Amino acid sequence: MEPILKIEHLSVYFTQYEQGFRFFGFQKRQLAAVKDLSLEIEPGQIVAVVGASGSGKSLLAHSILGILPYNSHMEGKIQYDGEPLTEKRAKKLRGREIFLIPQGVTYLDPLMKVGAQLSKGKKDPDTKQRCRTALERYGLGRETEEMYPFELSGGMARRVLIASAVTEKPRLVIADEPTPGLDARAAKRILSHFRELADEGAGMLFITHDLELALSVADEVAVFYAGETIEKAKAEEFSDVDNLRHPYTRALWHAMPEHGFKVSEGTQPYAGNVRKGCSYAGQCPVCREECRTKDQIPLMKYRDGEVRCLYPDEIMKSGAEL
Amino acid sequence: MKHRLQFTGKKLIRMALLLLGVSIVTFLLMCASPLDPLQTNIGQAALGTMSSEQIAKLQAYWGVDTPPLTRYLGWLTDVLKGDFGTSLLYRQPVLTVIGQRLISSFWLLLSAWVISGVLGLTMGVIAGACRGRWPDRLIRGYCLLISSTPAFWLAILLLLIFAVWLGWLPVGLSVPAGVEAAAVTVADRFRHAILPALTLSITGVANIALHTREKMINVMESDYVLFARARGESEISIILRHGLRNVALPAITLQFASVSEIIGGSVLVEQVFSYPGLGQAAVTAGLGSDLPLLLGITIVTAAIVFAGNLIADLLYGVIDPKIRKGAARG
Repeated sequence: MEPILKIEHLSVYFTQYEQGFRFFGFQKRQLAAVKDLSLEIEPGQIVAVVGASGSGKSLLAHSILGILPYNSHMEGKIQYDGEPLTEKRAKKLRGREIFLIPQGVTYLDPLMKVGAQLSKGKKDPDTKQRCRTALERYGLGRETEEMYPFELSGGMARRVLIASAVTEKPRLVIADEPTPGLDARAAKRILSHFRELADEGAGMLFITHDLELALSVADEVAVFYAGETIEKAKAEEFSDVDNLRHPYTRALWHAMPEHGFKVSEGTQPYAGNVRKGCSYAGQCPVCREECRTKDQIPLMKYRDGEVRCLYPDEIMKSGAEL
Repeated sequence: MKHRLQFTGKKLIRMALLLLGVSIVTFLLMCASPLDPLQTNIGQAALGTMSSEQIAKLQAYWGVDTPPLTRYLGWLTDVLKGDFGTSLLYRQPVLTVIGQRLISSFWLLLSAWVISGVLGLTMGVIAGACRGRWPDRLIRGYCLLISSTPAFWLAILLLLIFAVWLGWLPVGLSVPAGVEAAAVTVADRFRHAILPALTLSITGVANIALHTREKMINVMESDYVLFARARGESEISIILRHGLRNVALPAITLQFASVSEIIGGSVLVEQVFSYPGLGQAAVTAGLGSDLPLLLGITIVTAAIVFAGNLIADLLYGVIDPKIRKGAARG
């Protein structure tokens, strides 16, 4: 099937000013927060992007929607429905075909009633009816429209945010960490709503730090590390750690509760600080000289998936114990 | 309702304590003043020609020989009975003097307050929304320039340009000189109030605009504005629907807090324009050791400022849904 969203070699840069070596003046520096990211989503498919906080996941969502902060810019190609998604086109499509489901209640205007926020200020009966239907779909009655965000419970707020994505017919939904603070059961319920949306034909990008949650709903998983996608795998491949291609993915797998909660040493570097080589070089058991000196490790097709690694065979050989 | 009454009751008690404190401080400052009321108001030469009985009489009139504590307590008991005493300089009841001055200052203060509030809010919102671009730089530059300009200097500058060089507006006073009181028209009063009101507005704008800008920037960087953008709301709609709404609460606080700045500024500005308002009377009373009048003016202006803050607090309850719904439940 033709993908609804196709991202090729996307990088997002921030302009930062840092004190130069000279006594006066600041040096302008381009910091890459997202590097060389590629991703494809087909209609009806849920693709999860999994990564630790600070790995640049939200920026991915913002760059698709064309709402990056003013001091940043992006490079690379984003195709939506077969055509390039320019900033102008994104502006037209967001809120009509492309929807964002954000993290929590802080994404609602604290001083505006829920109904007015969903309808974006339009007062015609058609818009009102559509908002009402959207809320009803998630079990929220008419009284919700008259509520202010502070009156909503955590779960209600989450459902209002999901409802905001179905006031129109969504073709691409980007859910950015939509479940923090929810217990496992409530989170699963939210995810079942996502599955529903996908089954209705929407492509779904599910951004999360929770691998377990991602695996429970996603078709495909892209693992994010220090601003880069380091591996792309089918969700079912995670049933066996031997299928996994990148040592970081394996470390994530081992850190899952049912796999023994094992935590590996080391911390994720900030994307902007890695200027050369593999960002996982410090922790990788098979790291070679070339891994540190090569300018950019490419994302390679490997055994039906993709991995950003120069020696995936070595990883495969080294076995599950990493 | 009970909640509101309790709230207002507490505020009123606080106001009484505040006014008491303000009057004590004013009184102590006047006691510490190096000015000798007799010398300032009568003059060294005139004093020299007077007999000691005359001087003793004058000293009694200005209260020089009464111990401070007795004077203050005497003043306080009278005030509690509703008698603010008689102005020593104007020889009229203090409340009459304040009443007249307040009326002539009222429109001046009100228009300056409204203009600076509306302009300041508009400029702040525009600057915050266009952060970093030229409208922001222009507005910020203007505000910093004005903030670092003394109000009286600005008053003199405006006076020089509009009254002296261009001759469009009168040099001072609140009514034309040499005209019968009955013949003074509203237009006359208006023309005389333009320059002082303008000075006060121009200086008042800077503070409000800069604070509003800061808040507006916060709002524009907030999660809910990001989400509104992600949902395809236009920039204009975001500014009008989310920006103004969320800037409204701090703007109200600012606006009512600026009452004190407008009144404070009027003291200097009225002096420059010889505008016979409350501010000028305060200066006259202070320099002339007219204790009852100064205490009266201080109390009245402190009460006005306090009332401004009280109104802001009450409006918060009307506008902020959290407080409103909380109060309705409680």
